[in-house]
Amino acid sequence: MAFDYDKYIRPGKLPHIWCPGCGHGIIMKGLIRAMDTLNLKKEETAIVSGIGCASRLPGYIDCCTLHTAHGRAAAFATGVKMARPEMNVILVGGDGDGTAIGGNHFIHACRRNINMTYIIMNNNIYGMTGGQFSPCTPTGAKASTTPYGNPDPAFDVAKLAIGAGATFVARGTAYHANQIDKLITEAIQHKGFSVVEILDDCPTTYGRRNKFKSVIEMMNRLKDVAVPVKAAEKMSAEQLEGKILTGVLHKVERPEYTEEYAKVIERAGGKK
Amino acid sequence: MSKKVAFMQGNEAAAHGALYAGCKFFAGYPITPSTEVAEVMSAELPKIGGKFIQMEDEIGAMAATIGGSLAGCKSLTATSGPGMSLKQENIGYACIAEVPCVIYNVMRGGPSTGMPTGPSQSDLMSARWGTHGDHATIALTPASVQETYDMMVRAFNLAEKYRMPVHVLPDEIVAHMRERIEFREQGELEVIDRTAPSVPPAEYKPYDPQFGDVPPLAAFGSGYKFHVTGLNKAADGFPTTKANLVQAEEERQIRKVMANVDDIVDFEEYKLDDADICVVAFGSTSRSARYAVNEAREKGVKVGMFRIKTFWPFPDKQIKALAGKVKAFIVPEMNLGMCSLEVERCAQGKAQILGINRVDGEPINPDQILEKMKEVK
Amino acid sequence: MSRYELRFSGAGGQGLITAGIILAEAASIHEGKQAVQSQSYGPEARGGASKSEVIIADAPVDYPKVTKCDALLALTQEACDKYSHDLKEGGILLYDTDLVTKLPAGNYKKVGFNIINTAKNEVGREIVANIVALGAMIALTGVVSRENGEKAVLSRVPAAFLELNKKAYAMGFEKALAASK
Repeated sequence: MAFDYDKYIRPGKLPHIWCPGCGHGIIMKGLIRAMDTLNLKKEETAIVSGIGCASRLPGYIDCCTLHTAHGRAAAFATGVKMARPEMNVILVGGDGDGTAIGGNHFIHACRRNINMTYIIMNNNIYGMTGGQFSPCTPTGAKASTTPYGNPDPAFDVAKLAIGAGATFVARGTAYHANQIDKLITEAIQHKGFSVVEILDDCPTTYGRRNKFKSVIEMMNRLKDVAVPVKAAEKMSAEQLEGKILTGVLHKVERPEYTEEYAKVIERAGGKK
Repeated sequence: MSKKVAFMQGNEAAAHGALYAGCKFFAGYPITPSTEVAEVMSAELPKIGGKFIQMEDEIGAMAATIGGSLAGCKSLTATSGPGMSLKQENIGYACIAEVPCVIYNVMRGGPSTGMPTGPSQSDLMSARWGTHGDHATIALTPASVQETYDMMVRAFNLAEKYRMPVHVLPDEIVAHMRERIEFREQGELEVIDRTAPSVPPAEYKPYDPQFGDVPPLAAFGSGYKFHVTGLNKAADGFPTTKANLVQAEEERQIRKVMANVDDIVDFEEYKLDDADICVVAFGSTSRSARYAVNEAREKGVKVGMFRIKTFWPFPDKQIKALAGKVKAFIVPEMNLGMCSLEVERCAQGKAQILGINRVDGEPINPDQILEKMKEVK
Repeated sequence: MSRYELRFSGAGGQGLITAGIILAEAASIHEGKQAVQSQSYGPEARGGASKSEVIIADAPVDYPKVTKCDALLALTQEACDKYSHDLKEGGILLYDTDLVTKLPAGNYKKVGFNIINTAKNEVGREIVANIVALGAMIALTGVVSRENGEKAVLSRVPAAFLELNKKAYAMGFEKALAASK
């Protein structure tokens, strides 16, 4: 039986702005399936984004949606979550939005371990502005601002999140569509700040500059580089060369921020 | 029952005024000379079940303030010039998305790091124009500790009533000096809450012009679901590039302030009835001006003071009227002529304008104002 | 009293800001007058010359800073050099005789005693030197009553230190009276 996405899609807001072959739509469908699995109430769920192609996602979902300024999703969302800890707060955005201009808010949301889920759609490029390199563009790659190849080293988003203190970190790809909702479901269920990085493709501004002949080739690359963490345990360093681990990479328990603040209120003698 | 009386700083009084107004959320970042506000809020908010958060930077503090307000809490942030520079991005967001909040900005010298501990009145233009694009601004300038408390209540009322960010701009002297203040009793000052929607969730539009220039604002998590964006948007909150809708929305956002100038603009006229000279002053400088006016009156000089309490929108109408009556305006201010420029615009050449400008970290003293009176032709 | 201007000066950490606040509280809360207190703010409050100013009047205080100083406390030579320039003719200069040896020329009522040492050796704790100075200042200026000054002191200090501060205040008050005779 086909899944009914209309349940969470906002009436009258499609078609979306994403290019043919972009993986953002696949990720949005994964998010919707996860929301359905958890039976999230639309009125009690806030979806918050910054600026960029991925940040247009909230507009298509029929919840409390907040499309903020570039990089600021985590900071706006922190305000919403503090004011209403009972709400489900989900952040979505791209790699440039989240790890460059929004990098400071990102690492501090990780550090606080505030109970929100951040889905980073990493397509290695600033797509909306026409394909400038991001902190996640591989070294040597071509972008509109690296015509001679990218001299910058790239961030490993998952490691960044783990280092900054996120208590749940997972990685999937737009190719492994069926895994996306499972990772997001587990992330939302986790109490604390959870980060799900989904490796994605941008055929329009990244693929054509970097000798990918088609969307299929880009998707096949995602298939080829992904290695599930379990499988990686049995592989040698040589075999793992150039591969990217997927699945749940990190999961620990640590006090959650809004619960800790509730204790502050209690210590101050304030009513809950 | 006698009133609760205290002896405290302007910054402390600001925090207590915010609490009286019903503030339940504060997001800030440490910056001299405003930190006492955060300190008091961090102690007082949890006592009433409110929330305080120290963010990772000024940008995040403004963002979280807006987020808290959208989730239904009256929200406050406090800062000073350099923080104001950083907050401007999201102040613009609060303007276009029409999210009520209060920005308490203790003015210090600048540009850049400037003089962190010296008094200044140089964030007037940064409050007025300090985000890109057209937008209306409301900014209040308190002159005493008690007035800082009372003005914070008014700032929240204006923010909630007109659904927009409101600035309170004390100078460092008002922010740090201590005076006796009376805490207001419940009911003594009016407290305004934002209008909640009267329509059921299915019919709700966050910018519905059929409810006038200030459409009702629902809270996230209150049963209403809607979209908020920093893009130009239509009545339903979704982005639009339709020329007529964009133009109408932008104009409504200016009109909601400019059509209500008489409600928003507040001022004090002191000994102006028969005055030939009008000192236009605000904040701590108005205290020097009052002192000087009283000294000069004793010597028979016909001088009075127009004290600006609402700096933005500027009291155009009142200054225009005075320009036809007085020979000269004396404008003392701790900047290099920001208020003078506004007075000049309103006076339209009908009166002499004499500025007194200090940016050396020292207050303008009454003697300087008395000296300036001698230059009136 | 139309307007009376006091300045407490010395080094950062000597408790001068607190002394100023207590005096202003005594005037505005306990004595029913109007008062404004302000201070030098920032790095110098943590060392170097530091000041706290109090304006007391019957009517609301307009200009909150000192214009012509009626009474100056100087607890260090540096503060005395820096802050005595606007002392009014006939005004009061209260100083620590151990630390301030060069007095400004001028027609002032100069009253000195070993303020810090009194706190340290006679009251028992150097930390209450500001309260000794406050007691002395109130004795010399009469800007608030002795009782209201004491009330303001006691409402500011923790219960465990009530007696210590009471003693410091009384000793400052008495020593200043003796020294000004």
